[in-house]
Amino acid sequence: MSDLPKNSNELIEKIDYNPSKKGWMDVPVEIRKGMYCYASNPKSVEYIGLPNARPWNPLDDDWKLPVNWKEIVHNAFKERLDRFRSFKVFMDICVRCGACADKCHFFIGTGDPKNMPVLRAELLRSVYRNDFTTAGKIFGKVAGARELTMDVLKEWWYYFFQCTECRRCSVFCPYGIDTAEITIMAREIFNLLGLNIDWIATPTANCYRTGNHLGIQPHAFKEMIEFFVDDIEEKTGVVVEPSFNRKGADILFITPSGDVFADPGTYTAMGYLMLFHYLKEQGLNVTWSTYASEGGNFGFFTSHELMKRLNAKMYAEAKRLGVKWILGGECGHMWRVINQYMDTMNGPADFLEDPVSPITGTKFENAKSTKMVHISEFTADLIYHGKLKLDKSRNDNLKVTFHDSCNTSRGMGMFDEPRYIINNVCNHFYEMPKNTIREQTFCCGSGSGLNAGEDMELRMCGGLPRANAVKYVHEKFGVNMLACVCAIDRAALPPLMDYWVPGVGVTGITEMVANALIMPGEKERTVNLRDEPLPGMEE
Amino acid sequence: MKLEELLIQKKKVIADKWFDAVVDTYPAETCKFIKSQKNPFSNPVGNTTQKGLTVLMDELLGEMDPDTINSFLDPIIRIRAIQDFTPSKAVSFLFSLKEIIKDQLKDKDFDDNTLIELNQFNKKIDSLALIGFDIYMKCREKIYHIKANEEKNRTFRAFERAGLIKEIPDNNAESQLV
Repeated sequence: MSDLPKNSNELIEKIDYNPSKKGWMDVPVEIRKGMYCYASNPKSVEYIGLPNARPWNPLDDDWKLPVNWKEIVHNAFKERLDRFRSFKVFMDICVRCGACADKCHFFIGTGDPKNMPVLRAELLRSVYRNDFTTAGKIFGKVAGARELTMDVLKEWWYYFFQCTECRRCSVFCPYGIDTAEITIMAREIFNLLGLNIDWIATPTANCYRTGNHLGIQPHAFKEMIEFFVDDIEEKTGVVVEPSFNRKGADILFITPSGDVFADPGTYTAMGYLMLFHYLKEQGLNVTWSTYASEGGNFGFFTSHELMKRLNAKMYAEAKRLGVKWILGGECGHMWRVINQYMDTMNGPADFLEDPVSPITGTKFENAKSTKMVHISEFTADLIYHGKLKLDKSRNDNLKVTFHDSCNTSRGMGMFDEPRYIINNVCNHFYEMPKNTIREQTFCCGSGSGLNAGEDMELRMCGGLPRANAVKYVHEKFGVNMLACVCAIDRAALPPLMDYWVPGVGVTGITEMVANALIMPGEKERTVNLRDEPLPGMEE
Repeated sequence: MKLEELLIQKKKVIADKWFDAVVDTYPAETCKFIKSQKNPFSNPVGNTTQKGLTVLMDELLGEMDPDTINSFLDPIIRIRAIQDFTPSKAVSFLFSLKEIIKDQLKDKDFDDNTLIELNQFNKKIDSLALIGFDIYMKCREKIYHIKANEEKNRTFRAFERAGLIKEIPDNNAESQLV
């Protein structure tokens, strides 16, 4: 919502509801409450060694930039054009065919043309033409070029933080332009001016310092998991025994800290614990780490260097503990970082072995280079080999649909494993419409560090296409549960459902697996992990 | 001919023009997209709006059933309540129907009765606008509620998880004063 008009005259003067007919370059940016995230906390910026740490407010005229900020931007732009060939190509080859224009969830939801991926990229390209191309230097605006001004910088900042780097647009681009990469470059440049948002800067600093986004110290991390152990015992009668930082384990398990500290991810974390306990007898030897206590990587939304620094702890911890390979939990961008960057950034991890399931003997060829296997790949393989005893009817209260996380789908190509698992642990599964799932999945609207509280309008706009598809299956089939394999989804989708489709809950896949799993020695299960009565056990 | 009969005849034209008027509140590039993309999942704004306005038009010419009106007006306003519109701009489209209808009537359509009927019909539009205002407020309150809850969950739950909060136990034995 825009701010209220200041007086009634202003209201009457503005009675013309038709929007401006000016071209996009002539429509100045208006930074609107609810659509942006708060500025980074200077302490966090300082901690990770980034420049220009100071308090600032995006609504102020003065952003307290260094005097030579234009020079910094120009040099940073140039450096990145030289360093990343893809970035240079993406700046040059767009023919503005418009194939991407209507594919962005932020454009669809906000109706703001500057959220068309082509136009968002054009915000940057216009300055690229002006500074780095002959045609732009000579013909200026006619050639689509414009000078970098403070207003242009503010426009960049506003719109490049209205992109979740989900890459849906790139699926439709005939040239394969990856708009996410353009956003990544823009955000790197912002960080050189001290223009990060706090929802990224502080988790990044926390992760660098304590190992996870929330700044949870090792003992608290351990205590939280021990709390889950008690909870599991209460519900199943089974005492699971996780281990931490244990040298000699075969497998290191890393998941986003959101699973440990935020509902409904906590139920998924309990699911991991139950699954590992179940498999212990069959030869699974796994440890958690309180040092590598974060799978997510908000450095990815800051700069390549920070992403590398935060990611490094995964291999470092695997090396320290002497494990054979790494198993990863349900996360989104963690998998994008692993699949696209980890091996070349911090690899080769030649001290690890090619991942082999100790239960089924399956060799995970796809993880040969990263040495890291997704929990859904691991679980689907167990089910396929009949290694899990499951009672699907325990999930009979659920009518489930599945939201492909942008990162696990477009970032790593995992489409079928989660669906295979869902179909084996519950009886009612319904797909959302074709153009909203798999590689065409719509983003939750809160990825890439945008899942703060203050930008709720932006999140609701960005999540509209996803919610609209959920609403369809909710009304048509009575779907009441939205399953996903991403911690940000688990945090972002509940408020999204609350606003657009009340009555639909959110779950991780492993939570559903654990509810269906018949544990050896379990007592009669009457409630699920959420303490709700199992079907048939209602009073 | 009675006004309502006339409007029933022109219902499709009026609903289409009404849709155009709503869509024209968006920038030109967005209008083009909203009007042309027919897939409901690629274009939730256009699809929700078009479907809703058609039903609302039926209700204005029919029973004015509050449940039906609510369930088709709510999704349109729910979208506009979070987009870049002032409150007045978000619900203004309901009033634009009056102009559209007036434009559809020719001089020969008017007699004393038509004016009375038009007045009555306009009152229905006013009722719709009032319902729209309620829905708009409900949506805004929901957003504030979600924001407040997010903050509360983050801070309270963090304290709770850290064991810094001691809740009154279920059996309340501790607090029994002798």
